[in-house]
Order: sequence, then structure tokens, then C-alpha cells
Amino acid sequence: MPASIVQFDDVRKTYQMGLVMVEALRGVTLEIRAGEYVSIMGPSGCGKSTILNLLGCLDRPTSGKYRLGGEDISQLDDDALSAIRGARLGFIFQSYNLIQQLTVVENIEVPLYYQGRSEDDSRELAASYAERVGLGHRLDHKPFELSGGQQQRVAIARALVNEPLVILADEPTGNLDSSSGVEILKIFDALNDQGKTIILVTHDENVSRHAHRAIRLRDGQVESDLRS
Amino acid sequence: MNEDPPITFMPGPSTESAPPRRVIRGLSLIRLRRAVRLGVKSLWLHKLRSLLTVLGIVFGVCSVIAMLAIGEGASFEAQENIKNLGSQNIILRSVKPPEEQKVSDKGSQSYVLQYGLTYTDINRIRSTIPGVSVVVPGRIMREYVWNISRRVDCEIMGTVPWYPQMRNHHIARGRFFSDDEMDDKANVCVIGAEMVRALFPLESPLGRDVRVGGDYYKVIGVMEPTTKGTQQSLATTDNTKAAADRMFIPLETAKTRYGEILRKVRSGSFEQERVQLHEVTVKVESPERVPAVADAIKQAMERNHKKKDYDILVPLELLKRAERTKQIFNIVLGSIAAISLLVGGIGIMNIMLASVTERTREIGIRRALGAKRRDIITQFLVETVMLSGAGGLIGVLLGVSIPWFVTHFAGMKTIITFWSPLVAFSISALVGIVFGIYPALRAARMDPVEALRHE
Repeated sequence: MPASIVQFDDVRKTYQMGLVMVEALRGVTLEIRAGEYVSIMGPSGCGKSTILNLLGCLDRPTSGKYRLGGEDISQLDDDALSAIRGARLGFIFQSYNLIQQLTVVENIEVPLYYQGRSEDDSRELAASYAERVGLGHRLDHKPFELSGGQQQRVAIARALVNEPLVILADEPTGNLDSSSGVEILKIFDALNDQGKTIILVTHDENVSRHAHRAIRLRDGQVESDLRS
Repeated sequence: MNEDPPITFMPGPSTESAPPRRVIRGLSLIRLRRAVRLGVKSLWLHKLRSLLTVLGIVFGVCSVIAMLAIGEGASFEAQENIKNLGSQNIILRSVKPPEEQKVSDKGSQSYVLQYGLTYTDINRIRSTIPGVSVVVPGRIMREYVWNISRRVDCEIMGTVPWYPQMRNHHIARGRFFSDDEMDDKANVCVIGAEMVRALFPLESPLGRDVRVGGDYYKVIGVMEPTTKGTQQSLATTDNTKAAADRMFIPLETAKTRYGEILRKVRSGSFEQERVQLHEVTVKVESPERVPAVADAIKQAMERNHKKKDYDILVPLELLKRAERTKQIFNIVLGSIAAISLLVGGIGIMNIMLASVTERTREIGIRRALGAKRRDIITQFLVETVMLSGAGGLIGVLLGVSIPWFVTHFAGMKTIITFWSPLVAFSISALVGIVFGIYPALRAARMDPVEALRHE
């Protein structure tokens, strides 16, 4: 059995919104193993973004345990969480979130930059990842010179460059036309075939169909967890 | 349309068999260098904005350096001039008393006017005031000095052979007259550099004769031109430039040739002035005793001269006053500098705060990709420091070049002390740190989730 990558144990998250306490997650327990391709689905307000923020170590659970690669990280401090984000997680966002003033290769380098890699090393590595998403000839282009699909591929290369334990994708095809969306999903398929663990948050059934396991949330709880 | 061939993700060449992990820890030089490069990039992206932002610092630094250089130059010149008078000297001069002047201005009567320093004064000073080492008397006449057909209106000073070393004048060529020449009442003279230009434009004056009235004087030396005073500092007017356009003859010679009476002939009437000595320089043994001796001389003179027909000049007092003036000037300048740098710093902080808000999303992205809070702080702080440092640098360059222009076009002496650009530059960098901290902290404190959502 493959190693456990993500382990949620009765994770709860409450927000203070003005005077009201909002319970975004009400006890989520789940486990994701290496090599899995999981989609997280649900209507808006079901806690999708909250669970993604927690998975991505951008936020801490109010209670419960979150183990990433076997290590309990639910109550680590800000610096430690930053280090984990940089070393073990790869983010792919709906709006690509590339840094506009940096070129393609520089954007891919950013996670390596904060890992303290030497410059030549990271430049070479970033270039090779750009090559692998088919943008080897666009290294010195700025994001605004690229199409949406290409920008998202840069983002994918950036998410992969630090060899993360798990790739977190938040509606990766949401801003793309259908053909570019298909391209991106093909890349995800290929990545999963190469053994990468992918967690995909979406509300699109067609997208979630690519995943091998579909987790549905409703009102901050797991509604269903189906493997196909 | 999209001709990029591979759509799928190609497997890596060696399935990432752990590439050489050269990891840099802490805030190493390499990290700082990268932060600097990043800063340059983002500042360069908004060239105009960056330039306008640092203008306050530029002008602050520039004006401080320039003003300091001009002030330093002016005070150096003043002090130099005062020093030329001799800091151990006390100079007494004969002054025509004001009441007498009024009378003589009428020009209706002819009479003899008697005033000024006398030989008795010298003897009194020499014998009653302790700590006085040398007393140099001097007589001054105004006459035309001729070399064949060339003519100069100049002051002829009869004095003693040790006058030059007392007053810090230097001989450029030839020599000053000797004791023997003094005793012999010899017809020798030492002329100023300015006079040489007028009287002997082509040939060497040494050994030649100049004519004054009916007497001929042999030129045996030329005085060195003193540092030319361009601004009228109190004590300099007739004392330092004196050496350049005065003619010196032995005092004994002057006494016999001209006596004690100066005669001015005016339309119809004439007036005579009887002045024994025009100038007396008293040398005090040690600088510490100068104030005391000056007081003693003042009292002695007051007792013996009913009219105020003399003037006492104490170079040391002037020097102290000049130093005090310079101190005040520096304090004023320092306050101006502080204010302008403060204003400049606030301007920079303002822009950096705007920049932080504008780049909220970038901050969110960087945080999500592993940037720690201190990475963000470093990024913004480095940017601010570079901004203000660049402003400081531009200011230093401008501030160093302005005095050059002033020297060349206004003819004023300027001195750039080596520390003034250094201090100005480091203060401007410091301003960057101080005013960069708050924006940087604000950037670092952002919640990454919020920052990522920022539009």
C-alpha cells in the first residue's frame, strides 16, 4: 500500500465573521495516499476553499490534526509552514498567479529561490521544467505575452519544480477555453501516470472525471468519497 | 494558432535522481545579491516613479554637500586670511578720528592734523606689558611709484626687516631688506606681486630701480601673492592683499625721506596730517596670553589717547568669532539637512506603502511558494534602501559637481571635505532603512490567503 501523504483527522475550521462564528469545516477526516488523483467537489460555500487553504498550509485548522507526509503540521508556526509550502507543496491556481514582471523561467524559479538553491542550479532546473511543459522556447517571455493555456503550463512547471509531495490545483481550467482546458487536464493525467499525487478542487463534473477518486463536500463535511 | 508541439507533460530525463542540492542558508551574500537584483528589476519597472520618489533625498543630500562645501570654502578662506595676520599678533592701526574727518571734509581751512600711534605708545607697550616679545612699527604713505613711464598708485610701507615673518608674508623672489640696510637708510624696496605685473610686465624687477617722487629705490625682492580673498571678510580688506600691492622700504629710510607729516593739497587749501606710525604689530609670546595682552594694550591706549584715533585688531579673536560663525552655520545646515531627509524619507515611505498595496497579490504568490515573512521583509527593505541609496548617490554626484561650478563660474573657493559625501550618503541609506521598515512589515504581515484573493 502506498504511503499516506495527506491525513485529515477530524479537522475543523471556524471563522469569526463580524459577530457571527462561521463553521467552514465541521470535522473532516480523510486520507490521501501517494500516487492518488483526487478531486474535491461541492457547491459554493461547502468549504472547498477552506480545505484547500488548509491542505496548502496557508491556514491552520481550529482543531483536529493534519499530517502531511506523516508529520503533524497542524500547529506549526508561520516560518515552518512557509518552509513546508516551499518544499512539499505545488500550487496551481485558477488565475495562474504568475508574477507579471518576471519572465517564464524566472516565474518557475521562484519556489527554488526560497529554498535557497544556487542560482545556476535553479536556472537550469527551471529551464528543464519549462521544456517539459512545452515552453522551452518561451523562457524569456513575460506572462502577458502568453495565452491562458501557456500561462497555466508555466504555473504547472512552477508547481513541479521543487518536486512536491502533492500538487494542489484550484479550478485549474476555470479561466481557460475548453481546448486549453483539455490540454491542461492531459498534462495532469500524464503527471499522475508518472506517479504524482494530485488534489484537484473544482465544481466542474467534466474536470473531476479525470480524477480517480472524487470527494464531495457539503456544509463543511465529507458527503461522499468515491473511487472509480 | 498554437504551434507549441508537446501538450502533455514529458517525463524528466533522469526521473529527478536528486539534483545537487546546494542549499544556501540564512541571509548570505548570495541571497542579498538576489534580493538586490529583484529590487533593481522592480524599481526599473517604474523608472519615473522611482525617480520622483527619491527627488526629496536627491535634493536634500545635494544641497547639504554643496552648501557645506561652499561654507567650508568661505570659512577656510576667512580663517586663512586671519591666520595670515598671525594668531599671536595684535595689530594696532592709526585711524583718523571721526570728528576730525568732518572738519577736514569741509576743506575750508588749512591746518595740521595730529593723530595716531606714536613711538611713545610703542615704548609704553614694550616696557609695561609683560609677555610682549616683538613690536613691529610701520609707516604708510600713499604715492605714485614709477618705472620710466609706467605708474602705480600704491601704499608705501616703511617697516622693520622682520616684518614678513611676523605677518606670515612670503618672499617670492629675491629677499627682504636686512638690518644693515635699515641702519644705512638704504634706498631699497620690496614690491608686491601685483605691482610687478603693472610696472615690470616683461622683465624681471630684481635689481631694477623704481622712482617715487624724486627718489629712486632698488628692487631687491618680490612678495608672494597671498591667497586672493574674493569675499570681503572683515579683517582682510587691507591687510592680506596688502602684501601683494604694497611696496616695503626700511622704516628708517621712510622716516628720513618723508618725515612725519603727510601733506594733501586740495583746490586752494592744503591739509597736513602728522602721524608718527600707521601700523604697529605686537607679537605675544604664547597664544594663550593673547586675550590678556590685548586687554592690557586696550587699557593702556585708552588712558593715553583722548580721542579714539587708533584701532586694535586681534586676529585670534576674529578667528574665534569665525569658528563660532562656522559652528552656527553647520548647525543650521544640519537642521536643513535633517528636515529635507525627513521629508524625503516620508515620501519614500508613502510610495513604498502604495507599492505594497499594489503588489499584494505578488506577496501572496510568493508566500504560497514558500517565502517566509523575513524574505518579504528583505525584499521590500532592500528595495527601499536601494531607492534611497540611489537617491543619495545622485545627490552626492550633484552635490559634488555644484561646488565645482561655483568655483569655476563664481570664482568662490569651495572645499568638499571627504566625510561630507560619505555621511550624506550613509544617512540617506539609513533613511531608507528607517522609512522602509514599516512598509516591509506591513507586506510581511499580510495573510497569504487574503493576499492571494486580492485583485
